[in-house]
Amino acid sequence: MNNYLDFEKPLAEIEGKANELRAMARANEEMDIEKEVAGLDKKAADMLAKLYSELSPWRKCQVARHPDRPHCKDYIEALCTDYTPLAGDRNFADDHAIMGGLARMGGMPVVVMGHEKGHDTKSRIERNFGMARPEGYRKAVRLMDLADRFGLPVVTLVDTPGAFPGKGAEERGQSEAIARATQRCLRLGVPMVSVIIGEGGSGGAVGIATANKVLMLEHSIYSVISPEGCASILWKDADKTKEAADALRLTAQDLQQLGVIDKIVKEPLGGAHRDPAEAIRAVGQALEGQLKQLSGVGGDDLRANRRRKYLGLGAKGLAA
Amino acid sequence: MNWITNYVRPTIGSLFSRREVPENLWTKCDNCGTMLFHRELDAAQRVCTNCGHHMTITPRARFEKFFDGGSFEEVDVPEPITDPLHFRDQKRYPDRMKAAQKKTGEHEAMLVAEGEICGLPIVAAAQDFSFMGGSMGMYVGNAIIAAAERAVALKRPLVLFSAAGGARMQEGILSLMQMPRTTVAVDMLLEAGLPYIVVLTHPTTGGVTASYAMLGDVQIAEPGALICFAGPRVIEQTIREKLPDGFQRAEYLLDHGMLDRVTERGKLKEEIANILSMLTGQELTAPAEPPPEAAPDAPVPAPPPEPPMPAAAEAPTATPAKPKK
Repeated sequence: MNNYLDFEKPLAEIEGKANELRAMARANEEMDIEKEVAGLDKKAADMLAKLYSELSPWRKCQVARHPDRPHCKDYIEALCTDYTPLAGDRNFADDHAIMGGLARMGGMPVVVMGHEKGHDTKSRIERNFGMARPEGYRKAVRLMDLADRFGLPVVTLVDTPGAFPGKGAEERGQSEAIARATQRCLRLGVPMVSVIIGEGGSGGAVGIATANKVLMLEHSIYSVISPEGCASILWKDADKTKEAADALRLTAQDLQQLGVIDKIVKEPLGGAHRDPAEAIRAVGQALEGQLKQLSGVGGDDLRANRRRKYLGLGAKGLAA
Repeated sequence: MNWITNYVRPTIGSLFSRREVPENLWTKCDNCGTMLFHRELDAAQRVCTNCGHHMTITPRARFEKFFDGGSFEEVDVPEPITDPLHFRDQKRYPDRMKAAQKKTGEHEAMLVAEGEICGLPIVAAAQDFSFMGGSMGMYVGNAIIAAAERAVALKRPLVLFSAAGGARMQEGILSLMQMPRTTVAVDMLLEAGLPYIVVLTHPTTGGVTASYAMLGDVQIAEPGALICFAGPRVIEQTIREKLPDGFQRAEYLLDHGMLDRVTERGKLKEEIANILSMLTGQELTAPAEPPPEAAPDAPVPAPPPEPPMPAAAEAPTATPAKPKK
């Protein structure tokens, strides 16, 4: 575990000590460290459990953005067979911030797509850090058209800081592209399930997350604005991100109470980045369950249910 | 020096100044600086008579000029729950609401009405930038849904005037959810075969553009309106280069194929009535009134040497707060 978050520092120290002892024991076989190492491991495990059982909204933001957290590509590779990427918006370009195509999930053909942030400098730049341009949303519309025409369910994996704020993106109609993508989601006559796997950043997320069922990983976030942006606008102070994160109620737990999401997918202890395989497995299982539930529902009902769901939002607030 | 100077004098002073300085008689044009007399400015629907600059106008003032004879009937909007997140930044959200209500005399940031334009029955909705930056929260969402439902019930077109800094952050995720909600409203109109015309006014930014404001059958903007998803400041910070002149203004969007038309406020009524008449096959029965001149019997007093402060303070400043990239 290399990338510790700032609030995990005490944990890093303990785990570091344990690893040091292990290294020493390897060098000197007569040393008996078993007891000490076991003690340290226990302490670390307890601390990890405690830290992650009481994550504040701001800490959840940090976990949701953790560089080692599994990304869209990891999920598709692990959960799908016969993944066949489909590219381009037929107008301008192929946007690598949104990847997607045809695949089989549990043997069933689906259209799968999502924001991909990249995992190292090169791929992050190629993916534009998961910030899509209009081309990305127009590609998403194309893929949804395809799914609708051939009766395939749509699965989306949402993980974006937001749609890209750039000159070209604005000139080519970022807002129109997002609006059309949202509209396309709402019109789908096939089941659509979205999973917020990391960051659900504002309109950039909504464009491909207006689904029959929206799931959220336990420590992911979904918000109208980043805590940083909110702090600088409402507090006029960029250091108030913690307060903004609290006020925005952007955690999966709050969003479930508000009825914005339908289900929380539990993460492995210490967050998805500590055991990506387990996080991916849990998401796969949850997706399979949702798709099975929706598989018998007719197109008109799916549309009507989706509409009813969104029109009905806001009927309940959070407990004081 | 003592409690008299600290307390009594400021109170007495404020009483006098309040009585003696009449407010809002003169407004300074944000663009050319011309002092404009209120009656003249109102007659021109708050468009500068010197340079043509379009200033912010309230939905009520707009509707009075837009509907035939200034007569319209408000459409009821279902009241959402108040402060669902118990939001608090430097102020509590309910306090911000109260302040906005007191400042504007309006209940919320959108007004929905039914009436006729040039004899053609329509439903119209207008966003109020002076009410918390026109921000889109649950009420605005409800208003757009109510407008669409009313239009469908009466089989009338919907004309929507947008103006907003974006989503209302104080309602958190629920404000974001107005994007899909209002998109459902647009689809209701489309399915009913009813025209949906959007007039984008200054400024329309953020999540508002990424939903109902960009989905019109015909997209018209007022001259000079800032229309964007991400604001110019955010973009400049991201790409670290200077943006071209007129970037994200109505004319720029027209050039880039994002709008059908850019039309002056004074000509909107006639143009929209004509478009709707052609789309719906209905005849116009009443001609659009010509843009009224300043009443000749109302002598215009000389402008004061200094712009009165209250008017200046109420003039909207350009760049609104926006909900991020």
